Amino acid sequence: MIKFFLMNLLLSFIWVALTGSLFYSNFIFGYLLGFGVLWIMNRNESDQRYFYRVPKIINFFFFFLYELIKANVQVAYDVITPKYFFKPGIVRYPVNTTTDFEINILATFISLTPGTLIIDISDDKKAIYIHVMYLKDKDQFIKTLKTGVERKLLEILR
Amino acid sequence: MINIILAILSTVGALSILFASIGVLRMPDFYLRLSVTVKASTLGVGLLLICAAIMFPDDVSVTTKSIAIIFFLLLTAPIAAHMIGKAAYFIGIPLWKGTIIDELKGMYNKETHCLESDPKKADKNAEDNIAHTDDATD
Repeated sequence: MIKFFLMNLLLSFIWVALTGSLFYSNFIFGYLLGFGVLWIMNRNESDQRYFYRVPKIINFFFFFLYELIKANVQVAYDVITPKYFFKPGIVRYPVNTTTDFEINILATFISLTPGTLIIDISDDKKAIYIHVMYLKDKDQFIKTLKTGVERKLLEILR
Repeated sequence: MINIILAILSTVGALSILFASIGVLRMPDFYLRLSVTVKASTLGVGLLLICAAIMFPDDVSVTTKSIAIIFFLLLTAPIAAHMIGKAAYFIGIPLWKGTIIDELKGMYNKETHCLESDPKKADKNAEDNIAHTDDATD
């Protein structure tokens, strides 16, 4: 897993050195090119996790960008119109993560989405308390978070 | 083409910061103000920095700096919001009167500052933190 990542980095550095233009776009292009080369060369390798994980990370990035923009538009609309549409509330959200790192990443991503704010994490690390701006239904909210951000994140991290 | 992208990105970024500052004025309670400010300003500053990076493509140092600033902003802003919100709830700043549910009620142990995760262990006699009038949270 880590071996493939380092090899991919090495290939992209070689690409940057050979083309001679030190730009991020060129580096990213070299990275994708190296990813393709490694993928073709390691078809018979037993450990294929790296080749599934990189597309998943890119997928998660765009998914999160979409959520961010959608929620921001909603909040902005609420701010500039005279009537309040929101129904705030503090929700207890149970987490199944085991390590501190996973909880940290999950809390950061929940906090970055507009409309949801982490108030606190319980001391035994079994529940997160989230302040939600648009709370229609508590169980529905927990379900969308579980099947959306949390599942996608844990697929990448595990 | 590049000019159009720059115009769109910088306008959206500036508008996002504007809405955040209007939100500070208009939101009815402390938690909603915090919620609006942190995210919208993160997105706004991030978009403006991306604009700066696109604006100077020949200068690698500008791109490096803006990526580093965005990274540390994304890393630190949620933690700051989390700490401020936690402290505010702990000292009992009331929630807006339209708040429909407060599951954090009675979960804090006031002596040890410990937070329970099981709703059954919650303090049954705890006071509701939701304000009853508009004036309390203004």
